[in-house]
Amino acid sequence: MSHLESSVQSLHPAPEGASKQMETTDQIRITTPEKVCGMGHRMKRKEDPRFIRGQGHYVDDVKLPGMLYMDIVRSPYAHAKILNIDASEALATPGVLAVITGKDLKDAGNLHWMPTLMSDTQMVLPIDKVVYFAQEVCAVVATERYIAADAIEKVNVEYEPLPAVVDPFEALKDEVIVRDDKEKKTNHVWHWEAGDKEATDKVFGEAATVVKQSMHLPRIHVASIETCGMVANYDPTMGKMQLYMTTQAPHAIRTVFALVSGLPEHKIQVISPDIGGGFGGKVPVYPGYVVCAVASLVTGKPVKWIEDRSENLQADSFARDYHITAEMAADAKGKITGLRVKTLADNGAADAAANPSKFPAGMYSICTGSYDMKAAHVEVDGVYTTKPPGGVAYRCSFRVTEAVHMVERMTDILAHELGEDPADFRVKNFIKPEQFPYKSPTGWEYDSGNYDAALAKAMDIIGYRELRKEQAEKRARGELMGIGICSFTEVVGAGPSRDFDILGIKMFDSAEIRIHPTGKAIARFGTKSQGQGHETTYAQIIAEELGIPAADVEIEEGDTDTAPYGLGTYASRSTPTAGAAGAMAARKIKAKARKIAAHLLEVGEDDLEWSVDRWQVKGSPDQHKTIQDIAFAAYTNHPQGMEAGLEATDYYDPPNLTFPFGSYIAVVDVDSGTGEVKVRRFVAVDDCGNIINPLVVEGQIHGGLTQGLAPALFEEIVYDENGQNLTGTFADYLVPTAVESPKWETAHTITPSPHHPLGAKGVGESPTVGAPPAIANAVVDALWHLGVRHVDIPITPQKIWKLLRDAGVSD
Amino acid sequence: MIPGEFEYHAPSTVEDAVSLLDTLGDEAKVLAGGHSLVPAMRFRLAQPRHLVDINRIAGLSYVREEDGHLVIGALTRESELEHSSLVAGRYPLLADAGRVIADPLVRNRGTVGGNLAHADPANDHPAVMLAYGATLVARGPGGERVIPVDDFFVGLFESALKPNELLVEIRIPSPGAGSGGAYRKLERKVGDYAISAAAVQLTMDGSMCTAARIALTNVSPVPMRANAAEAEILGEEPTEDAIEAAGRAAAAECDPSADLRGSEEYKRDITRVLVKRAIRAAVTRAQGGA
Repeated sequence: MSHLESSVQSLHPAPEGASKQMETTDQIRITTPEKVCGMGHRMKRKEDPRFIRGQGHYVDDVKLPGMLYMDIVRSPYAHAKILNIDASEALATPGVLAVITGKDLKDAGNLHWMPTLMSDTQMVLPIDKVVYFAQEVCAVVATERYIAADAIEKVNVEYEPLPAVVDPFEALKDEVIVRDDKEKKTNHVWHWEAGDKEATDKVFGEAATVVKQSMHLPRIHVASIETCGMVANYDPTMGKMQLYMTTQAPHAIRTVFALVSGLPEHKIQVISPDIGGGFGGKVPVYPGYVVCAVASLVTGKPVKWIEDRSENLQADSFARDYHITAEMAADAKGKITGLRVKTLADNGAADAAANPSKFPAGMYSICTGSYDMKAAHVEVDGVYTTKPPGGVAYRCSFRVTEAVHMVERMTDILAHELGEDPADFRVKNFIKPEQFPYKSPTGWEYDSGNYDAALAKAMDIIGYRELRKEQAEKRARGELMGIGICSFTEVVGAGPSRDFDILGIKMFDSAEIRIHPTGKAIARFGTKSQGQGHETTYAQIIAEELGIPAADVEIEEGDTDTAPYGLGTYASRSTPTAGAAGAMAARKIKAKARKIAAHLLEVGEDDLEWSVDRWQVKGSPDQHKTIQDIAFAAYTNHPQGMEAGLEATDYYDPPNLTFPFGSYIAVVDVDSGTGEVKVRRFVAVDDCGNIINPLVVEGQIHGGLTQGLAPALFEEIVYDENGQNLTGTFADYLVPTAVESPKWETAHTITPSPHHPLGAKGVGESPTVGAPPAIANAVVDALWHLGVRHVDIPITPQKIWKLLRDAGVSD
Repeated sequence: MIPGEFEYHAPSTVEDAVSLLDTLGDEAKVLAGGHSLVPAMRFRLAQPRHLVDINRIAGLSYVREEDGHLVIGALTRESELEHSSLVAGRYPLLADAGRVIADPLVRNRGTVGGNLAHADPANDHPAVMLAYGATLVARGPGGERVIPVDDFFVGLFESALKPNELLVEIRIPSPGAGSGGAYRKLERKVGDYAISAAAVQLTMDGSMCTAARIALTNVSPVPMRANAAEAEILGEEPTEDAIEAAGRAAAAECDPSADLRGSEEYKRDITRVLVKRAIRAAVTRAQGGA
């Protein structure tokens, strides 16, 4: 690809029947008794017994007879010519079987390059030059892990260093070309726009107030506890390739492997076992996976490759890295009228972002957020630098994190500039409940929302007005305290096939349910849990629809030989897509069950009504057949002319995305001596529509808030001027712990999605999206009177110390 | 993250350990808690040919008072210090430090002796022991040697211990009446080394400071006393002006280098702030406050 034509997206309206305003409530809907445990029940997670007891089964737990081990030689330079690779000393080491280089891959059928998810290309192993620090250079295959680790030090690679280009603004000067394999010798990859430029410029021309701010959302890493890895098991006799793999999207990976390798797709089985955190980082295909598969093909033996922590932090896809300049306009009444945004996206050495094909900047154009405005225009330019490729949507629906951070910072700056309270200013500018479904100036159709209710609840819980009084008193004493709000709108559940695909594969998802004769069930999905609790949530969806106790429903995912095809789990899409497919498949089963019940009860189908777990005769509930009765009959006494069995499959193509939202409020205290920021309180009110399992939702929000605290105050991938990664271990890549985390105070409002079969929306990523701007806004709020307008995240003590000392504040 | 090849030895007595160290010379490293050494080996920054594991040696783990000293066995885990009521009651400087060394998991394994013998200016015990004026007891082939802490740290990761000597005990003089101490540390997150930290141990006679030792963590290549800072309060009344002067003196005499934790300028100024806070806390404690 590399040069997408500039395109303006247009999203189609939701289908008929979806265009209605949804009521908001605090009450979680429960329609099943506890023994059934359908939606709304706080069921303990079915998968937890094995995780708590250390019985999870991860890729590194896979041990196959005769298995070999692979380790990777990595580049010590960010940009260098490869003059020679001398593997003789490594090959002479007892136990070393092979050293695989880029030349070998080329000879094996041009496997030295591979497509990225964005239809760019990326080296698997280089032949001529390396383009990022820690890039895979060649791989050693040995009989033992330890031998492989020793042998990579015996591969002598001769480099001729080339100048690195780390800064994307420098890269745009094209003085150092990162990708000289491309026809066009430029580091500019693509330009993309959304919204109406003319209308936006007009709004800015008429504005009473305009605020402008540049900001950088730095490179961060998903830092999942389990690193990436694979066991590739090629059986030369049967010609079958088994790939045990840390992947969030096993089916898509199988298809991509088939297309790239030439192996027939029915001879490829991708198995994604338990995954120790994905967060988007296990969506891409990394060179290590490809080389590991080749190593198994070449040796005819199973080969294991497991990254170590530094490899994971240094070479795998990053997230964020957007350089943003935004302007926000308001009229004389303090009403937001427009937003104008220019952004530079640092892609690293390849555009390996995990975005739907039509969206090189993902859903970034959702950036008007929760605010009703006349016009907006967004421009993004993608740039190559000599850094690892990316960027993945880290617990984020395709760049919505960047969009929300920008709009929430700008809203706060504008409120402060106008001398208005940031909460009151938001309420004044919110899209109102009666405006839903709401068409945004950049073309999105928000399905449902009630932003006033969520913010009011958060303000009530935290005691917002009292905190403002406390802040004023403290400020008079010279103490620094800040209150920050983020009222975000998320956009999740990609997505409708007319707009969303990855490498051409439409972003539907699937479920297949089989009811056994005794009324128990197994259900398989095209998604893949990495900690989200699918085994519980999906079981509860089926329990809700069919009345089969959730405990009686086995959930399976991740094996492409058994599960129906789907696009996987990321971007908070599992409940909006596969969860919906589960409900729809259950409804197909329910329809067949009705026919069987009518047959058993000798009544017409129209005489029956559904109640929790049974079809009963209208007005005569004693006459009924439970789902268990019906299941048994489906195999023992089904009507003549009807197929036996009770199962169904559904491929769900969502009519629209879902738009969860929430209001978060953070209270921070700033140490004027050291610059330390302490988050004293944090209230998160989330609205993800109907809640399937409140316990799972709260767990998701707690984890996500901590992963939002992380980039706000701690995490950043740092490079020196030579492109060397300075944060390649957990000693310097600062993942916060329970000690750094405040007590998360969570609450909800419920505004159902009008188009999702269960009224549910995705939720896993809302807290990661909403937390950073709440904290950043709180810090700036604490320092606004000192002339501080903005601080880039991560907000480190040193940054605050500098601002304080520049303002003449010390201790 | 896989270390290079090494031979592993697990002696069960101090004598055997010393004898092994004597034989193996500088190709051997002592393995105690392992929380500095093992990461260095996994990154292959350290590739010792021999590891002498002292964890099976009995009688090297204790915290007790004797002969006017708090004596600590070199193999005492940090968590044991952290949870010692003796330390909590009488040694507030040590108690402060015990709560902020690395993280709880590391403190369960890491040892007091290892923290000192590694001679890392980023570790917390060097400054604490410098402020206490502790003595360190080493055992070598020739028997026992007592080393004043002021002579112990000789270079970056370099102590006065000879390759064939094992650190066995740390002795802290029990503070007399009117004494107080405090440790104040700024770190990026729990488990990180200090951006800077200040250890203060002083004695008050009425409103006058009659003894003061101040030491700093991670702002110099070698663990250091802040002599100029001490001079600002010693024999003086620790007024806010004197405390500010001590902070400024420490900021001037330390020698930090810029890294991901901060610029040199930042570290100096934070050292000033932390020294002041530690002095204030120590004075309050010396005068009977919390």
